[in-house]
Amino acid sequence: MMQMRTTGRPGLREVAEQPHGLDDRRRGWVALALVVPAAVVYVVFVLRPLALTVQYSFYDWNGISAATWVGIDNYTRLFGDSEMFGSILNALQLIIYFSFVPVLLGLLTAAIIRKFATSRLALVSRTVLFLPQVIPLVAAGIMWTWLMSSDGLVNQVLRAVGLDSLTRAWLGDFQTALPAVGVIGAWVALGLCMLLLLAGMTKIDPALYEAARLDGAGAVREFFAITLPSLRQELGVCITVTVIAALASFDIVYISTQGGPGNATLVPGLEIYYLAFFSREVGQASALAVAFMVLVLAIVLPIQRLTREGDR
Amino acid sequence: MIVSRREAWLSRVLLILLMVITIAPFVSLFLTALHPSGSYPAGLSLPEQPQWHNFVDAFQAANMRALLWSSVLIEIGTVPLSLLIATLAGFSLGHLRPPGHRWIFLAFVLGLTLPFQGVIVPLYYQMRDLGLLNTRWAIILPLLGLYMPFAVMWMRAHFVNMPEDLSEAARIDGAGTWQLFSRIHLPLSAPALSSLGILLFLWTWNQFLLAVVLVDDPTQRTMAGALGAFQGQWGTDIPLLCAGSLLILTPTLIVFLAFQRQFVSALMQGAVKG
Repeated sequence: MMQMRTTGRPGLREVAEQPHGLDDRRRGWVALALVVPAAVVYVVFVLRPLALTVQYSFYDWNGISAATWVGIDNYTRLFGDSEMFGSILNALQLIIYFSFVPVLLGLLTAAIIRKFATSRLALVSRTVLFLPQVIPLVAAGIMWTWLMSSDGLVNQVLRAVGLDSLTRAWLGDFQTALPAVGVIGAWVALGLCMLLLLAGMTKIDPALYEAARLDGAGAVREFFAITLPSLRQELGVCITVTVIAALASFDIVYISTQGGPGNATLVPGLEIYYLAFFSREVGQASALAVAFMVLVLAIVLPIQRLTREGDR
Repeated sequence: MIVSRREAWLSRVLLILLMVITIAPFVSLFLTALHPSGSYPAGLSLPEQPQWHNFVDAFQAANMRALLWSSVLIEIGTVPLSLLIATLAGFSLGHLRPPGHRWIFLAFVLGLTLPFQGVIVPLYYQMRDLGLLNTRWAIILPLLGLYMPFAVMWMRAHFVNMPEDLSEAARIDGAGTWQLFSRIHLPLSAPALSSLGILLFLWTWNQFLLAVVLVDDPTQRTMAGALGAFQGQWGTDIPLLCAGSLLILTPTLIVFLAFQRQFVSALMQGAVKG
C-alpha cells in the first residue's frame, strides 16, 4: 500500500485513465451512431444515384430493355451534337443575366442606398425585395410569361413611351428568348444580391468613409477604394449562388419557353429531362448530366477559392 | 455620416424604383386575374367589373384543397425528419468530433453544389423499383438525402461554436451523450434550427423538378409542381391562370409576411452559408 502511495500519482492516473479511455471509445461509437441516419439517406438518395448516373452514362439504354455498354460514345456524341452542346452554351450565356446583371445592379444600388440603410424605407424594402425569393420559381415564370407576352405589361410600357417598333413576343422570338428568360432570373436574384451586399456594406467601419470624404474623395472613388474591397466575401456568395442558379436553371425555362423557340433557350437541366423521359435515351441523358455536373464544379470551385481565400 | 441632399434623394428614388420593379409583376397578375375568364386583357388594365369569382373558380379548377393537403403532408414528411437527422449529425461532427469526423464532413460537403438534375435519372428508376413512383414518398425520401449536405453543414457550423466547457460541466454532472444532446444542446439550438426549418420549408414547398419527374398526379405533388400542372391545363385562359397562380403562391406569402423577420434573416444566412 505504501509502495503504491509513493508512486501514487502516476498509478492513480493510470487507474483513472483506464475507464476513461474505454469511455472515450464508447463515446466515439455513440457519436458515430448519431451520424448514421444522415449518412444513410445521403448515401441512398444522393451518392448511389450519383454513381449510377456515371454508370448509365457508359450505356446505350432506353430504360426498359437490356443496356449495352458503349464506352465513351455518349460523351463523344455530346460534343458533336448541336442540340446538347448548344444547351450548355445557353446555360453559360444565362450566367450573364442570372449572375452578372443582378450582382452588378445590386452592387450599384446597394452602394447608393447604403447611406440610409436604417431608414424606414430601407426596412420596408427588405421585405419587398425578398418576395421573389419566397415564391416558387414556377410562379415567377408564369408571371413573367404573361408580362412579356405580346399584350403584356412590357410591350404596353414600350408603346406608352413610343417605342412601338421594339414590341414583340419576347419569349417567342429567336433573338430575344434567351435574354427574356434571363430577365426573369435577374428579377429573382436582384433583391437577394442587393440586400446581401448592403448588409456587407453596413459592416464596414464608417470612419473609413468619413476619412475618405475629408480627403476629398467623391462617391465613385469611395466606392472603388473602400466599398468594393471590403465586400469580397459577400460578392463571392452572390456570384456562387447566382451562377449555380444559372447553370442549373430548370423551373423558369420549363414554364416560360420549354426550351424554345427551336432550341433557343434549351438548357442542360431541361435537355437531361427530355432525353431521359421523352426520347428514352437514358445513357445519353446521364452523360450530359455528368458533363453538366463537372462544368458546375469547374466554374463554382474557383469562385469559392478566389473569394474565400482572404479569410483563411 | 456626410451625405449630400442630392444623394439622399437619388437613393430614395432608386430604392422605390427597385421595389416597383419587384412588385409590378404581382400587381399585373392580380389585375389580370380580375378580368372575365377566357378574355385576353392588356398587361396592366383595370377590369370594368372585377370578377372576384375567378378566384373561387380557380380554387375549384386547381383542386386547391387537395393541393394544400398534399403540400402539407410532404412538408410534414420532409422538414421535421431532415431537421432531426441533420441536427444529430451536426452535433456529432461539430461538437463530439468522433474519429474520422473530418472525412465524414467532407463527404457531405461534396454534395453542396450538386444540381438535382445530376441524380434525377437514377432517382426515377430507384423510385420505380421501390414501387414509389406517383406517391408523395417519391418526393419526400430523395429530398431527405438531397437536403443533407446543406443541413448538416448548417447544424455543424452551429455546434462548432458551442463552448466545450458547457459539455464538460454536464459530463461531470453525470450526463450521458444523449442527455447532453437533448437537455443541454438541443434547447440552445433553437435559433439555428428555426432558420434551417424555414429554409427547408420554403425549398420543399417550391420544389419543382422532383415533383414533375417523379409524380404525375398534381394532387400528390408539392405546391410548385401542382402549379406547373395547372399551367399546362389552363395556360390559355389567362385570367383563370393568373387567379390560380395567385392562389397557389398565397400560402407562402402569408407565411412569409407573418414571420418576415425570421425569413429574411434565414434567407440571408442561408445564402451566406450556401
